[in-house]
Amino acid sequence: MEIGLNHYLTLGAILFCLGLYTVLTRRNAISVLMGVELILNSANINYVAFAHYSSGGVDGQIYAIFVIMLAAAEAAVGLAIVLAIFQLFHTIDVSAMETLRE
Amino acid sequence: MELATAVFYLVAIVTVGSAAMVAFSRNIIYSAFSLLGTFAGVAGIYVLLGADFVAAVQLLIYVGGILVLILFAVMLTHRITDVQVTNRAAGRIPGLVIVAVLLALLVQTIRETPWAKAKQIVYTPTSAKIGDMFLQDYLLPFELASLVLLAALIGAVVLARKEIKE
Repeated sequence: MEIGLNHYLTLGAILFCLGLYTVLTRRNAISVLMGVELILNSANINYVAFAHYSSGGVDGQIYAIFVIMLAAAEAAVGLAIVLAIFQLFHTIDVSAMETLRE
Repeated sequence: MELATAVFYLVAIVTVGSAAMVAFSRNIIYSAFSLLGTFAGVAGIYVLLGADFVAAVQLLIYVGGILVLILFAVMLTHRITDVQVTNRAAGRIPGLVIVAVLLALLVQTIRETPWAKAKQIVYTPTSAKIGDMFLQDYLLPFELASLVLLAALIGAVVLARKEIKE
């Protein structure tokens, strides 16, 4: 059976579900961020697959590059917040952070 | 089996396998290093889809940047003396049920939808086209992206620095 659009979309769906599972179940803030990265990667696979099989242009790839760029910004800010939380609470367990101030 | 098919399944197994390690591993260091396999595998998928530039960007930014950042964050937020760097999870069973139902739904949708087909599938170098598009059709988002990156840079520095109290 030849590899087509459906194979790539299914791969994206599996990655998305694994990322969602990570976000839903992890208590560690860094693990939650890793789950978000998985979800963004799965969205990117779909963009590039549709660009290749459905539209034939490079628009989808440009969207993928923007998503990668925003993921980098998100990771930088998110991990900076995690470090600030660690200095304040001495833990990064997301269920331990219950107050908005010291 | 054709070579391209075999390569696809190989890359897909590496990607999904290491993503599963990220999701299910008990040790956060293992999770962080498994992310390497996922990112590299996704770059391989881009190559198979004829997106050479995106694959290079994926390797440079994800593997070279974000992964290193995540590893730094793991090291900085756990004491090295802690032998057991745990990665606790809660609500595994409800999470698995939700995700399984969602996956079944997604696969069903993917199978049944008649997706549009391109007139022809081409494998050409894409970087020149992408560069043209960035400076013509997507000029405004391109410029906004640089502003976002600057804001994220300043924001990350402000958030992560130690506050000196008088």
